[in-house]
Amino acid sequence: MRTLAKIALTAIAVGAMAFTATAGTLEDVQARGELRCVVSTGIAGFAYPDDSGTWKGFDIDFCRATAAAVLGDASKIKTVSSTGKTRFTKLNSGEGDVLWRNTTITFSRDVGVKLTFVGVNYYDGQGFMVKKSLGVKSAKELDGASVCIQTGTTTELNLADYFRTNNMNYEAVVIEKNSEARAAYLSGRCDVYTTDASGLAATRSTFPDPSGHMILPEIVSKEPLGPATRQGDDQWADIVRWIYNATVTAEELGVTSANVDSMKSANNPEILRMLGVEGSQGEELGLSKDWAYQVIKQIGNYGEIFERNIGPNTAIGLERGLNDLWTRGGLQYSPPFR
Amino acid sequence: MTLLSFWLLYTIIPPIIDWAIINSVWTAGSRKECWDQMPTPGAGACWAFIENRIGLFTYGFYPEPLRWRVNLSFVLFVLAAIPVLTDKLPFRKYGLMYSAAFPFLVGWLLVGGWGLEPVDTDQFGGIMLTLVIGVTGITFSLPIGIALALGRQSKMPVLRMLCVLFIEFIRGVPLITLLFVASTMLNYFLPPGTVFDLLLRVLIMVTLFASAYMAEIVRGGLQAIEKGQHEAGDSLGLSYWQAQRLIVLPQALKIAIPNIVNAFIGLYKDTTLVLIIGLLDILGLGDSSLADLDWAGLANELYLFVALFFFTCCFSMSRYSLYLEKKLHTGH
Repeated sequence: MRTLAKIALTAIAVGAMAFTATAGTLEDVQARGELRCVVSTGIAGFAYPDDSGTWKGFDIDFCRATAAAVLGDASKIKTVSSTGKTRFTKLNSGEGDVLWRNTTITFSRDVGVKLTFVGVNYYDGQGFMVKKSLGVKSAKELDGASVCIQTGTTTELNLADYFRTNNMNYEAVVIEKNSEARAAYLSGRCDVYTTDASGLAATRSTFPDPSGHMILPEIVSKEPLGPATRQGDDQWADIVRWIYNATVTAEELGVTSANVDSMKSANNPEILRMLGVEGSQGEELGLSKDWAYQVIKQIGNYGEIFERNIGPNTAIGLERGLNDLWTRGGLQYSPPFR
Repeated sequence: MTLLSFWLLYTIIPPIIDWAIINSVWTAGSRKECWDQMPTPGAGACWAFIENRIGLFTYGFYPEPLRWRVNLSFVLFVLAAIPVLTDKLPFRKYGLMYSAAFPFLVGWLLVGGWGLEPVDTDQFGGIMLTLVIGVTGITFSLPIGIALALGRQSKMPVLRMLCVLFIEFIRGVPLITLLFVASTMLNYFLPPGTVFDLLLRVLIMVTLFASAYMAEIVRGGLQAIEKGQHEAGDSLGLSYWQAQRLIVLPQALKIAIPNIVNAFIGLYKDTTLVLIIGLLDILGLGDSSLADLDWAGLANELYLFVALFFFTCCFSMSRYSLYLEKKLHTGH
């Protein structure tokens, strides 16, 4: 009996130790020497493996930026691939440290799933794509159309809402995957394909004749995509938030991966504070003095990340639009480094 | 009827040959380059996609300098299969001992440690991951299944109850549920921070699932054996285990072979379900690859390749089962 009690006590103690060990995600990551990012299993432009098996994309670059700030080395990441169904449990159960996975911020995910969303690194919205030969110029003319749509996403609900508000009917062709939707749309099983506008652009770029298709001007939903951390670790949430802010501020102040070294002697005090030349913002975050310098040096500012992965010169070819800086009419806006 | 089938073949086959062979492109750096070489974009198959990514599809994210370990494992796998599958082999006894040690040997080879550079199991992917899950499920489910089947027929009530409970519970839930439990629920039950390898959890779940089905198949074989056979064993003074090993099981398993192989084939194909929990097997990795805009849109080529891979594996399994049936057909 006493041995049994001893075993039970040890088990509890070990459990408690394991628990205290996860109290701070930052300490965990630094002790491990590796950042684990929950990413998708493949979304064009945002996360995908290249021919040699290296993960690339917009989300991956932000993951690498996080590693650069926290560990000083952007290559020390591990990707935890997750589907739409498993992404939140992978984060909440501790398999990943941070979620960089093309995830729409919604009330229920923030409050119900108990996540902390720390910013919007991409403003997306649901759009419609049709064949030009159909002669449709606006989504308002889609009454009676058959619509290809992926199951289990917010797009399904948005579509129903939009057609109901405008007193229109539609026939849903429900589909599981993007590649399937592409085939169904091309073979004419549906007149319209609807998903996030970034996804439509990516899909259209893979068509044999991209110019034969158009994305309608209406955007029927708000899809703010952003990173998330587990609720209850404010320090870690702050770190991820300010890494994202640093990329935006750097673009606003003209700091790029190419000129960041010379910017260390700039005469703008905000740049100096951000790059850790003056002040002690890095230490206050729990990071090294040059955390933001490492982010900009190794990954680049927001504009560079955008251009490299999804910008007009890439295959996906997205315009900055809403994701331009606030100074140029977009929504990307970072609080000051003060 | 014959004419109709000929007409069908005539209309279906030429376009497929056009697409898959005549207009196909084998070397290109991206889909665009592929399509530029064709009369019209998409008129032929772009096999360059598969060719460029064959390394990724085979080894997953396994570090390139260490891929010899995967290759060696595959060779060892073939070597281990030979003594099990054929019986006219010199020194077969030692061969079988090696086969029994094989899973652990390869486990060490793939994961590393003890002198080898460790490789995290989340680097596993592609064909290699499919084989790891499939072969583990197949090799461990047969012995566990036999044990469960014997347990279910045991005269000891507690043991019998446990076996029945286990079999019925596992058979009562879909594999995908078990995989979800493995990937998400287990993490909530275990203390936070404990790292229990995801692949290991999945392997355990797949094996348990397959064992429950195997148990019922073997039980079917056992029940086909007449009571007289058991009594014959008893009258010869054989112990329970001797009677089972020498008399009952050889006959029961022989009867069950088609069903056993059927279950193996089913299990092997079920391994693709792991992509739902984020493990990238051959199918999952293919889907991920379609997100690379250099190649996106080549789903037909990809799925044909995956289909061919599974067909090769499953067809050889079913051929072997036929051969085994013929060889063991010693009856009347």
